[in-house]
Amino acid sequence: MLRYTLKRLVSLAISLAVASVVIFLAIEVLPGDPAAYMLGVNAQEDTVAALREQLGLNGTMWERYSSWIGGLLTGDFGISYTYRTPVADMIADRMQVSLPLAIYALTLSTLIAFPAGILAASRRGSAADVSIMGITQLGVAIPNFWFAMLMVLIFAINLRWFSAGGFPGWDAGLYPALKSLTLPAISLALPQASILARIMRSSLLDTLSEDFIRTARAKGLTRAQALRRHALRNALIPVLTIIGLQFSFLLAGAIIIENVFFLPGLGRLIFQSISSRDLIVVESVVMLLVFAVVLVNFAVEITYALVDPRLRHRS
Amino acid sequence: MTLLEIESLDLDIHGTPILRDVSLTVAPGQIVGVIGESGSGKSMTAFAVMQLLPNGTTCKGRVTLSGHDMLALPEARLCKLRGDEVGMVFQEPMTALNPIRTIGDQVAETILIHEDVTKAEAMARAREALNRVELPADRFPLTRYPHELSGGQRQRVVIAMAIALRPKLLIADEPTTALDVTTQAQILELLKRLVREDGMGMLMITHDLAVVADMADEIVIMQHGRVVERGACPAIFSNLQHPYSKALLAASSHIPDRACRTTDAPLLEVNRVVRDYRLPRKTLFGAPVVIHAVKGVSFTLERGESLGLVGESGCGKSTLTRAILGLEEVQGGTIRLDGQPVFDGHRVNRAVRRRMQVVFQDPYGSFNPRHRVERLVTEPFHLLETPPTGAARDRAVDEALTSVGLTPADKDKYIHEFSGGQRQRIAIARALIIKPDLIILDEAVSALDVQVRAQILDLLAELSAKFGLTYLFISHDLSVVRSITDRVLVMKSGEIVEQGPTTRVFDDPQHPYTQQLIAAAPRLPETAA
Repeated sequence: MLRYTLKRLVSLAISLAVASVVIFLAIEVLPGDPAAYMLGVNAQEDTVAALREQLGLNGTMWERYSSWIGGLLTGDFGISYTYRTPVADMIADRMQVSLPLAIYALTLSTLIAFPAGILAASRRGSAADVSIMGITQLGVAIPNFWFAMLMVLIFAINLRWFSAGGFPGWDAGLYPALKSLTLPAISLALPQASILARIMRSSLLDTLSEDFIRTARAKGLTRAQALRRHALRNALIPVLTIIGLQFSFLLAGAIIIENVFFLPGLGRLIFQSISSRDLIVVESVVMLLVFAVVLVNFAVEITYALVDPRLRHRS
Repeated sequence: MTLLEIESLDLDIHGTPILRDVSLTVAPGQIVGVIGESGSGKSMTAFAVMQLLPNGTTCKGRVTLSGHDMLALPEARLCKLRGDEVGMVFQEPMTALNPIRTIGDQVAETILIHEDVTKAEAMARAREALNRVELPADRFPLTRYPHELSGGQRQRVVIAMAIALRPKLLIADEPTTALDVTTQAQILELLKRLVREDGMGMLMITHDLAVVADMADEIVIMQHGRVVERGACPAIFSNLQHPYSKALLAASSHIPDRACRTTDAPLLEVNRVVRDYRLPRKTLFGAPVVIHAVKGVSFTLERGESLGLVGESGCGKSTLTRAILGLEEVQGGTIRLDGQPVFDGHRVNRAVRRRMQVVFQDPYGSFNPRHRVERLVTEPFHLLETPPTGAARDRAVDEALTSVGLTPADKDKYIHEFSGGQRQRIAIARALIIKPDLIILDEAVSALDVQVRAQILDLLAELSAKFGLTYLFISHDLSVVRSITDRVLVMKSGEIVEQGPTTRVFDDPQHPYTQQLIAAAPRLPETAA
């Protein structure tokens, strides 16, 4: 198990190093000079040159890469070109919204998907199965922003249970903050839950047709006991993979939902930074997201090994 | 008093008749062997006793297990009986255990769900059950996982689960079909011992007459969902009445009619071949573990000869086969076909490769289900410099299919339209189509029913005479090797321990391992042959 973990850690470090090079190079080849962009079209050439010097845009590629990475490692993400504030502070600010929102949405999606998937698999072909499959089909098909607008219309405008958007901040208290994240979390969770429920169902059905389920039944376990004690954990591997992918997506991919609900999250930050050529922010946020994705994958792989002893022993 | 009584059982699945008028009884301490080919309904009979039937099954008749009317009991009562009054052992030990739970846990579960005991006590009794199936505590602690055990050891765990509560009836559904001969002999011995010790009744289901011949008290022969013959064993073998039973017995000991045409021209020369595998390091800085799969094996195969290669799983015979076919490079030694090396540098020599073909064991897994037979059998054409096209290609396909007993019209069909035996014929047609010199038969008849197996063996003998083919016949089934080969090699742990003319090796084995193999092989009673 220790060896397995070490191996995963090494592959985590390599992924991060490769990703940092790719992100840096991608930003390099992007057209547009941040200095010229900041000073406007009428700027004097020598003013632009001075600003470039000040922003550290003049060194060699290697110098700029190493100073960027060195900064990241020490927590210094640089200063935003547009806002002139430390990038680290901006990201920390936005994470206060994005991270809780992602966790909230993922929790909801898992809480919906697991029972739905298990119910559908254990009563295959029944009315419950057919309706769950129908609803999840709809959940996958409906765009989440449309669903978000529908919820705003019903719960915020008509029923006035929730506010239509905005985030009061955690200083306002746990309840108001969570309340303002509820509608966005539901809109994010629904399509995810639909996918997850379908994966759960098919994975469980595959496992239920395995020989060892028949052995368990021959021992005298009821259908439900066999499912709970033998099928569920075995069916979890593909489900965990999807959960990992979904969490990574939720962290950065909530941009549309953040816009619908006027939430100051990471997605909006990237969007704004790209529009204003604030490349240092883009670089750092993307790197952070890569870090989050790789970390989640690492966590998922460790969970695989906890679930399946064969993986622990193979390494 | 009878323990199990099945009376005029009819069973349908979604309206399709599976069993008709099946009756049999098992008394305490009695072993009843149920014999039949795949699809004869023998496994369904077992599942009907357990009442573990697929959805859409309807049963008529009576199944009484120690006084319980199994067809009338509610599911909850059936769960109480399963595992307690009746235990079951299955064919495929590799997949019969939950891969992510320890063996102790799985054996203890049988006890925990039926009796109100503590986990610790259940574990102690699981230990006892594992000891009874000869998995001692020092080598097989309760914390072992199934993947750490061999097939035979896993089957012992399954048996331990089935007998943990000392049930009155044990149902064994092809318990040794997936195992090697020596392992098979040990498992059969174990089952006999347990039946004797506990006075259990046992219903033993198999397609192999020889397996039950020397352990069953009574034999029931099934065909197309009906019992066609029954009688006390072994007396029944000398007095079979039903034509199907007679045919089954004849097929079991069938020897194809073939002439030995060995020439003195070597076709395949394998010279001191070595194949090692490196496993991942056990510790971070330790030396990698090296497995010596083939340790300097040498042999010669004469043109027109049929050579058997016998050994148990893991002995290196499959590795050797892959090396001969050029699928894997060897680390030492040479392999030559008609004087030409199989490997040309690090690449396979295509001129040699097109002169040998292979037929694999699984007639279900070795075809792409989305291709028509025509495309499947013409696959080896890619080995030719100028594959035939148009009419010549059609003619080659027709010839290949006709020579294996199929018709040219079959080429437009898909593989799922054929039975297992027909599929194996198609696999042979695929091997024949480029007119190879050597055909490697890798357990090619092991998955087939006895009667089909006899037909395929006849076909192979006929083809060899017609086209002058040379066979390398790899199998763990000694009776098959005995019936179709001129000479035999016995392989153990990567080495050939004995070789010689087939009749000599079988009648007078010299090496202790060969003696052990031959002694372990199940045999039909003398009266039958």
